[in-house]
Amino acid sequence: MTAQHKDTVQKGTVQEVYIYDAVRTPRGRGRANGSLHEVKPAQLVVGLLEGLKERNQLDTTQVDDVILGCVTPLLEQGFDIARVAVLLSSWDEGVPGVQLNRFCSSGLEAVQQAAGRIRGGWDSLIVAGGVESMSRVPMGSDMGAYMDPISAMDMHFVPQGISADLIATLEDFSREDVDAYALESQQRAAAAQKAGHFEKSILPVKDINGLTILDRDEYLRPETTKESLASLKPAFAETGAAGFDAVAQLKYPEAESINHVHTAGNSSGIVDGAALILLGSEEAGRRQNLRPRGRIVSIGRVGTEPTIMLTGPVPASKKALDAAGLSVEDIDLFEVNEAFAVVPMQFMKELNVPHGKVNVNGGSIALGHPLGATGAIIINTVLDELERQGGRYGLCTLCVGGGMGNTVIVERVTDFVESDKQGADA
Amino acid sequence: MSSHVKYVRDGDVATLTMNWPGAVNLMDADFIPSFKAALDKLEADRDSIKGVLLRSAKTTFFAGGDLKMFMAARKEQTQELFEMIEGIKAQLRRIEKLGKPVVAVIEGAALGGGFEVALACHHRVVLDHPKIQLGLPEVTLGLLPGGGGVTRMVRHLGVQAAGPYLMEGKLMRPAELAKLGLAELAPDSEAATRQALAWIDAHPAPVQPWDVKGHRIPGGKAYSPQLAQVQTVAPAMLLAKTKGTLPAPAAVLGCAVEGAAVDFDTALRIESRYLTYLALHQVSRNMIGTLFMGLNEIKGGAARPRDIPPFKVQKLGILGAGMMGAGIAYSAATKGIEVVLLDTTQERAEKGKAYSEGLLDKGMKRGKVTEERKAETLGRIKPTTSYDDLEGCDLIIEAVFEDPDIKADVTKKAEPRLRPGGLFSSNTSTIPITDLARSSAHPERFIGLHFFSPVDKMPLIEIIKGKETGPEAVAQALDFAAQIGKTPIVVSDARGFYTSRVFGQYVNEGAAMLAEGIPAAVIENAALQAGMPVGPLAVLDEVTLTLPLHVEASAKKAGAAPTERHPGMAVLEKMVELGRSGRAGGQGFYDYPEGQPKRLWSGLKDLYPQQRRGEYDVQELRDRFLYAQAVDAAHVADQGVLTEARELNIGSIMGLGFPVWTGGAHQFIEQTGREHFVARARELAAKHGPRFEPPARLSAAPGADLSGGMYSGLPK
Repeated sequence: MTAQHKDTVQKGTVQEVYIYDAVRTPRGRGRANGSLHEVKPAQLVVGLLEGLKERNQLDTTQVDDVILGCVTPLLEQGFDIARVAVLLSSWDEGVPGVQLNRFCSSGLEAVQQAAGRIRGGWDSLIVAGGVESMSRVPMGSDMGAYMDPISAMDMHFVPQGISADLIATLEDFSREDVDAYALESQQRAAAAQKAGHFEKSILPVKDINGLTILDRDEYLRPETTKESLASLKPAFAETGAAGFDAVAQLKYPEAESINHVHTAGNSSGIVDGAALILLGSEEAGRRQNLRPRGRIVSIGRVGTEPTIMLTGPVPASKKALDAAGLSVEDIDLFEVNEAFAVVPMQFMKELNVPHGKVNVNGGSIALGHPLGATGAIIINTVLDELERQGGRYGLCTLCVGGGMGNTVIVERVTDFVESDKQGADA
Repeated sequence: MSSHVKYVRDGDVATLTMNWPGAVNLMDADFIPSFKAALDKLEADRDSIKGVLLRSAKTTFFAGGDLKMFMAARKEQTQELFEMIEGIKAQLRRIEKLGKPVVAVIEGAALGGGFEVALACHHRVVLDHPKIQLGLPEVTLGLLPGGGGVTRMVRHLGVQAAGPYLMEGKLMRPAELAKLGLAELAPDSEAATRQALAWIDAHPAPVQPWDVKGHRIPGGKAYSPQLAQVQTVAPAMLLAKTKGTLPAPAAVLGCAVEGAAVDFDTALRIESRYLTYLALHQVSRNMIGTLFMGLNEIKGGAARPRDIPPFKVQKLGILGAGMMGAGIAYSAATKGIEVVLLDTTQERAEKGKAYSEGLLDKGMKRGKVTEERKAETLGRIKPTTSYDDLEGCDLIIEAVFEDPDIKADVTKKAEPRLRPGGLFSSNTSTIPITDLARSSAHPERFIGLHFFSPVDKMPLIEIIKGKETGPEAVAQALDFAAQIGKTPIVVSDARGFYTSRVFGQYVNEGAAMLAEGIPAAVIENAALQAGMPVGPLAVLDEVTLTLPLHVEASAKKAGAAPTERHPGMAVLEKMVELGRSGRAGGQGFYDYPEGQPKRLWSGLKDLYPQQRRGEYDVQELRDRFLYAQAVDAAHVADQGVLTEARELNIGSIMGLGFPVWTGGAHQFIEQTGREHFVARARELAAKHGPRFEPPARLSAAPGADLSGGMYSGLPK
């Protein structure tokens, strides 16, 4: 194992946290006819571990931990899937693994946890990411701590779709508005895929024979039109009518009724996938001849009102910007997870961010949202795009179940940054 | 090509008759186009037919997969192989999605791919004939039923109930298949057709159970609470059994459980991936090459001298009613041969016969033997002390104590009683046949018939040609082996023949390790991990430690002792000195406490300074067990004692318990690659002694380099 850095850490100094590499699986349709449905969830991770090791000629004995987000960690995603994946891979068995869950931001949370531990000096090289096979372990099959009646009523629990429709109602986004956003997401994703923008980070998923099972995102519907979107049935009208609309109105009496604008076409796609990011200190990177591609600039996490639930990205991002001493204008690219179309729309509206900087290669509406992995995927995507455009700062944020928001700001780098810069952000 | 599946319309019933050009219907390269053509017609006629009969023009229904095709597949054809397997399934899927009833009429064996074809039909009517074999034996050849067999059996029966048929390749008689609810029995061919047509009338639009929404897998799907216990324990049970040396049962189990986690079509695809994996796996090739192709050649009489009339034993004489004689008597009597079992006292002879009675009683308890059959079989065995009773025997087998003088004596007394032209043989395991034949008046009709203990279970006979043994005697011995259902190998006369000498290498290697301070448990477990069925120390206890010492002494007497003494021999001497000569004597390497399982003797660790974990290399110990035997087998071949690869392989697996995954002692060398094998053997020779030095000629031809990783049978 690497030496712990406690002897060398001096008061007031912290370790810079570098991103050395980022990989992901393609996203498969999260249904029985999806290409990745046949793949065991841990195997999605094993393939990435092997690829990461190979791409970086990694001496895995030097890795301190594997932290994986997974939102439905039961059945074949249970039993600490991070550790299981390490043991099923060719990685050194001395690498531990841990699984965590902060709902849709779990993959981002994994990166934050890794960054915090490296920054503080306890650890020096960590793999962070996430995995979710939504076709095999369906969302919600873990039930929940809120599900007894008293707790549910006390929390004014509503399903996320109701929260999304509530935001649309309060922000006055029409069905046409959200459909237009969704169409743009489809077009951008299709163009990005066609231009090969995802190829750098996608490692094909292979079978036991080495045959490719899937090598590109397959959820996209490039043929989507305004009309085809308009023809879809609102997904949450019935749920709302069953009582949840009224629950939302208890908290938000200003809504005369809930405008159910969200459909399967303007909400995030249910998919299978995984992503990994290799993070480390400068010293750990130098020891293994790794070249930094980015660094973690700052993070921001918040809790928000849980019934509207999905408004966390704005306060979380403000917190991260403040911590970094950056303004919205300093950010070149934003990845705001498209859990529902209103989430990035509200984000752009409130922070006054032009759409041209947000989700430029499409988002979860077109590409899908493998819950535990998405946070890591969007860091991966923003870094690839910063490198492509030559941009500097990227902000990644997700709304989170239970009313939370989570943000990471990254900076593209091509080498280790000057040592005097270290600590400047602290 | 034209389709091998003939399509005939008779009114509103279509009949598909499978009639491949060869002896049997086969899942070969013609399968997809043949079925595609037939199904194209069926689908076109769908609206004008009420149902379909699928039957065979052969005496068997369908033989199974084309193993030669699998053997010919190369790694670079992985994608093609996978697609071909998927293509076969796609045709079978068309059968079950036709929308009209398709009934398989099975009037002969349906095995492997043939059984899978039948499973894809909506219903099966099978002739109720006890000789008809049904089932999925793929796993016994290192493969899995990848034509939907795993997936459909799991969905019919559940993971656990399908287990024996998939993971062990257990075959069924028609009655068993009917009991499982998978077939309807018919008394004769006409009735079968009638019943099939009746089923068609009663089921105008059948859908397979798994294509009905809400279908539940019996016993639960994967990760369900019902299946949880099976899912937890089954992998451990499998590893306990195979020690991880066999990829096929592991793949079958993985495939069954993973398939039970997903929808039917995804399960089929997972199954194709596992079959692709196995088909290209070296272990499957080893097993197919030896246990299918090699064995078939042997059983087909490849070693039998030609132009010699067939030989049938009606009356068999056995000299000596001990363990071996009694076992041979049983094996012959159950095959309808009249047996004269001779010993020095009537009591001993009767005891030899009682052995058969015991086995038959056991068979009755399991419902495999009837009272009538028992009486018949026992009636064929005549225990006696009189040589007169041997008069007119077709064959006499001498199975007395391993002492040349006693053997000579009984040979002289018994041989004249043979019918003219009869065959005389000795069951010796070590004494040269040429020496024993000196007591014979007809050495050209004198041969070695080396049976293995227990005779009723061990399938092998080692036939030993003495210097003067004639080709007629060899042919007759082979015919006799076939008559009693044993698998023969034919070797030339040399000390220890083939099996006994190689066996000596195995057990002595274990003893030698003990002297090096390798803990006894490590020795035993390393041998098991290599795939040997029993550890060397346990085996030595069974055969008694004095046996190798006797063999050595008699070799010495004959001036045939090896130049360098095997280091294991000193260990055996030491143990015998300590009064621990084996199980028969009450103690050996193991203690045998009354009413308790045996345990390794705790005093072993005080005999030699013990190595600790980390000081010994288990991989090397495993290699030593296999190389010690394979190198010796190579010498056997090099010295011309036995040169046929198939016989070296079958002899080692059936006679020595050489691991099945290797395909035999010869195939172990070939799969390792000769160059690699020779290099490793020399490495071991430098470290442990000249017994590992391979014959010089072995290095000539390079083979595939498949070294390393061969012990791991997990599909990864």
